Amino acid sequence: MLEYISQIISKSYVMAEMEVRKLLHDPTELITRAVQPILWLGVFGEAMSRARAIPTPGFTYLQFITPGILTQSVTFIAIFYGLSIIWERDMGLLQKIIVTPTPRIALVWGKMISAGIRGLSQAIIIFLFAITIQIHLKLTVFSLLGVFFIIMLGAGFFTGLSMIIASIVKTRERFMGIGQVITLPLFFASNAIYPIEIMPSWLQVVAKINPLTYMVNGLRALLLTGNISQLSFDIVVLSIATFFISLLSAYMYPKVVI
Amino acid sequence: MNNNIIVVENLTKRFNGFTAVDAVSFNVKKGEIFAFLGPNGAGKTTIIKMLITLLLPTSGEGTIDGHNFVHNPAEVRKIIGYVPQLISVDGTLTAYENLMLMARLYDIPSKERHQRIKEIISFLQLEKHTHSLVRTFSGGMIRKLEIGQAILHRPRVLFLDEPTAGLDPIARQNVWKHLLKLRYNFGTTIFFSTHYMKEAEEMSSRVAIMQAGKIAIVGTLPELREKMNMKEATLEDAFIFFTGNVFEENGNIRDTRRIREVERKLG
Repeated sequence: MLEYISQIISKSYVMAEMEVRKLLHDPTELITRAVQPILWLGVFGEAMSRARAIPTPGFTYLQFITPGILTQSVTFIAIFYGLSIIWERDMGLLQKIIVTPTPRIALVWGKMISAGIRGLSQAIIIFLFAITIQIHLKLTVFSLLGVFFIIMLGAGFFTGLSMIIASIVKTRERFMGIGQVITLPLFFASNAIYPIEIMPSWLQVVAKINPLTYMVNGLRALLLTGNISQLSFDIVVLSIATFFISLLSAYMYPKVVI
Repeated sequence: MNNNIIVVENLTKRFNGFTAVDAVSFNVKKGEIFAFLGPNGAGKTTIIKMLITLLLPTSGEGTIDGHNFVHNPAEVRKIIGYVPQLISVDGTLTAYENLMLMARLYDIPSKERHQRIKEIISFLQLEKHTHSLVRTFSGGMIRKLEIGQAILHRPRVLFLDEPTAGLDPIARQNVWKHLLKLRYNFGTTIFFSTHYMKEAEEMSSRVAIMQAGKIAIVGTLPELREKMNMKEATLEDAFIFFTGNVFEENGNIRDTRRIREVERKLG
């Protein structure tokens, strides 16, 4: 049992390390990925904050949406991560990994961790941009540590979800279609760019079961309000959701090769 | 002592009512090079997938070096190597990293990994390209690296699904040079599928020919010739004979063979 657990940990680490090495060989993707959140903040955020259409008591609108845009950026990276499973299946790489003595869940955790690392790189870029355009955030050691945890968990959850979707749809084309269909509703049915209170009541229900909302809540508490009374609840919800989705994902993804 | 390293008994696989593999049984002997032949869609890849624990059979079972590949896949995975038909190295990693990934997934102790990778790289004569990204490699180099990945842990059986498909003759020869050396050095049993009959004839000690989900025949070339009652038949003749494609058109084999022999003499 102990040996099995150490196998899971060491092999998740190998998987994640190789993904990071790929990024280091060709980091252009990180830069291109950063364009979207910068546009959201620099264009959408600036314009909306002038309109003053959305009540964000105590904070400027730009402050309010920065944690939301960070969440969006991380989850969008993660949700297309499942595509790599289909990609690797088409290459034959996945088959080769599956026939090694590697616990199934190690591949899932490896992908989750590497999606998290990509997410962290987005956080760095967004924070630098926020500092540049003078969006005031609480950037302390504690808040950054908290941000690190929430990004890793959130990226993990959406990576797991996307691997499950990939193992059901099985082809790149279908996945791209479904990926588009899920990401925007997830984003809009959350408190990323407006408070839950201004949503119609049915949408509030959706927002409350949307894991993205818990990510935004956690990040907002750390980076803006400093009121961390709810933080442990957000982290527990995310941890449980991520853990269970990783189990389901480990069960599902080997089916993609059949 | 049992000399069979692969034992397959009544292996069957059905997909939604379609029987891809139909009660197949055969054995492969320790250390032999076994060619697995058959037209496209005959069920070759499906059988390989079941042997390497990628796919569960509908019924039937078997063993690889004594380990049941249906009930004990974890043990089987430790002692086999697999080179898929598709290009299965990661182009965005270097040759060294691709090998390192497999070395770690196969639990090669950390002290030995570097040495083992160096040995494989020199065995495959890829020294100059150790730290190049694999996407810059030629087809032959990629195949060699894939074989390297599959033999790092010194498997007892190496499965290769059409290892030389799409390679030019020189690269093909080179791949086989390394496979033969591997068998010579470590006594690795080599199980491969191919469409190149000449390759199968030259390299393998025994062949199995599949047709429509069943094994049409297993044996050495002389044994196949005896069954066909044709002393000089090539493996290609045997393939056509046992898969039945031309056989139904009466007497074409002899003509085909004659034409081919003429060609050979001229060539």
